[in-house]
Amino acid sequence: MEEIRIENLTKDFDGFLAVDDVSLSINSGELFSFLGPSGCGKTTLLRMIAGFEIPAKGKILIGNTDITDLPPYKRQVNTIFQNYSLFPHMTVFDNVAFGLRIRKTPKLQIIERVKEMLSLVKMEDQANKYPDQISGGQKQRIAIVRALINQPKVLLLDEPLAALDLKLRQHMLIELMNIHDAVGITFIYVTHDQGEAMSISDRVAVMNHGKIVQSGPPDDIYERPASIFSAYFIGETNLITGEVIGIEENYVQLKCPDGAGNSLELDSTFNFPPYLGQELTLSLRPEKIAISRSKPRYQDDINVLKGTIEDILYLGSHTQYIVRVGALKFRVFSQHKRVYFDDKALDWDEPVWLFWHDTDSWLINQIPENVLSFNELADGGVNHYQRSSKRPYQA
Amino acid sequence: MKRLNISRFYQGMNLTAFSLVMVFLYIPILILIIFSFNNAKIITGWRGFTLKYYFQLFENDTIKEAFRNTMVIAGLSTFISTVLGVLTALGMENKKFSGRKLMSALIYVPLVIPDILMGVSLALLFNFTRVNTGMFTVLIAHITFCISYTVIVIQSRLEGFNYSLVEAAMDLGARPAYIFWKIKFPLMLPGIIAAALLAFTLSIDDFIITFFTSGRGFDTLPIYVEGTIRRGTITTINSLSTLMIGFTLFLVVITKRLRKILISTI
Repeated sequence: MEEIRIENLTKDFDGFLAVDDVSLSINSGELFSFLGPSGCGKTTLLRMIAGFEIPAKGKILIGNTDITDLPPYKRQVNTIFQNYSLFPHMTVFDNVAFGLRIRKTPKLQIIERVKEMLSLVKMEDQANKYPDQISGGQKQRIAIVRALINQPKVLLLDEPLAALDLKLRQHMLIELMNIHDAVGITFIYVTHDQGEAMSISDRVAVMNHGKIVQSGPPDDIYERPASIFSAYFIGETNLITGEVIGIEENYVQLKCPDGAGNSLELDSTFNFPPYLGQELTLSLRPEKIAISRSKPRYQDDINVLKGTIEDILYLGSHTQYIVRVGALKFRVFSQHKRVYFDDKALDWDEPVWLFWHDTDSWLINQIPENVLSFNELADGGVNHYQRSSKRPYQA
Repeated sequence: MKRLNISRFYQGMNLTAFSLVMVFLYIPILILIIFSFNNAKIITGWRGFTLKYYFQLFENDTIKEAFRNTMVIAGLSTFISTVLGVLTALGMENKKFSGRKLMSALIYVPLVIPDILMGVSLALLFNFTRVNTGMFTVLIAHITFCISYTVIVIQSRLEGFNYSLVEAAMDLGARPAYIFWKIKFPLMLPGIIAAALLAFTLSIDDFIITFFTSGRGFDTLPIYVEGTIRRGTITTINSLSTLMIGFTLFLVVITKRLRKILISTI
């Protein structure tokens, strides 16, 4: 069932288009995320749903009610702010009871409901403390139940974990999911952290320059990016441009110049109708590539390239190899699974084979707007890394 | 060879400087308090303990009237200038108000203008408009100079105000009036109390501006003290001053307590 519908929503600040003609609908009970870099308009969009910003154009509907022009205090929507915004002069209890007191709820009922809410986040014994006497994670929990006690139809979360440290963030993420499951209302989550968005969302909308670039389930966005921006912004990727030279039922043959005078022939899956001679971009996730000293024995449906290791970065859970093929640089992630390893660890300047299955790369019907930015993207900041003096994984 | 311990040296220096400051600040006050119990008409030396000047103080109708005047003026001017200060500070928060910069500059000016200038100009104004000098003119004058202080103190409190608290309250269903009384006002309260206290103390000890605006027949304590010293009797002044010191200390302690109580209850 559809809960929120946004139609042609537009907002500008003194001529700067923060949100540019956005339309979408969010289902009831869904955990929906807006993901994008800072300044992409995701927070503005959220603030318009909350009622803190007035749209220049467009409509926002909850259920069948148009709420576009309602003030915040008349909307069945509650917000979790980035800095929690707990009232510093009120106890935890009074903070949570705030919404009920406005609605003139009977006293006994308030006590009961607040207790119930505090037990949801296991903070019953902190009721008489002031916000500056509890930790960041606890403040976050109080902010959440202070909103939930009003039984909103939609809960808006504006980068709720940004102020917490890494371990706590991971913990709170799981707790948020549990709360979402427990209360069953629609959550709209805004973040610039792709890990957060990918792990908790039912669906993600990737935003850039005030527009939704792509929306869908997290795995869809990760595996089948629809644009160079979503391929590059979410996770890491290798981007290679090329020309279509063959179209089969399940894959397209691409001829990609390697920048050193040769061309590579690569096969890849796709989901749009290509034509011969069309210029496209191939996105290849670094963890999909196998790296080995020896050539793979079976080569059906497999792309094989020969390159040289230019850099090795040991990253704990995996090692990142920068492999040069012609003038192109490929990033390859290799997990430390001894069964996949050659006898001896790979070394700098060593010739290696890279190979991956056709279905593990994805074609994007777009080529980078200019060569310069494409090079920056393709390098992916590789050149900023220093060669590590430490040996990677020792076999 | 014995080495000089530098940090001990500086510590010693600091302590000396601190002690000297304390001595120069408090010795005169201490002397005043001691001599208010001295059984002598003029300060010549210790002539024995007495409380008679304190009794004289309470028998003197002029002093009692001056005290009453001072309190009425201080009370009224504190109340009015604090209320006006709250309203002004809230008004100046509005970023769309075009005269904001000019207004805040104008509010700062009375802080730096010499008191005598302000006194003379107010006296001229009252003379020009043919208003009879007396309690009313003193009150107007006190409100005038107190308001700059109250606005600035309250404004500084508002500057640190986290606007997202207002948004959070609105989000939870609170209307603007409810937000003002439940969120904004309680958080402003320490600033308001500080402003009121400042206005009160400024008002009770103002001499120059009161001197120019009171005219004959309306004396506040500072005016009375000056007149009496001019005539040469210093004894009751000592005891009066001692009581005033006590009163101010009491005020400071009370407001500190009051602030704590107010913040925790609202």
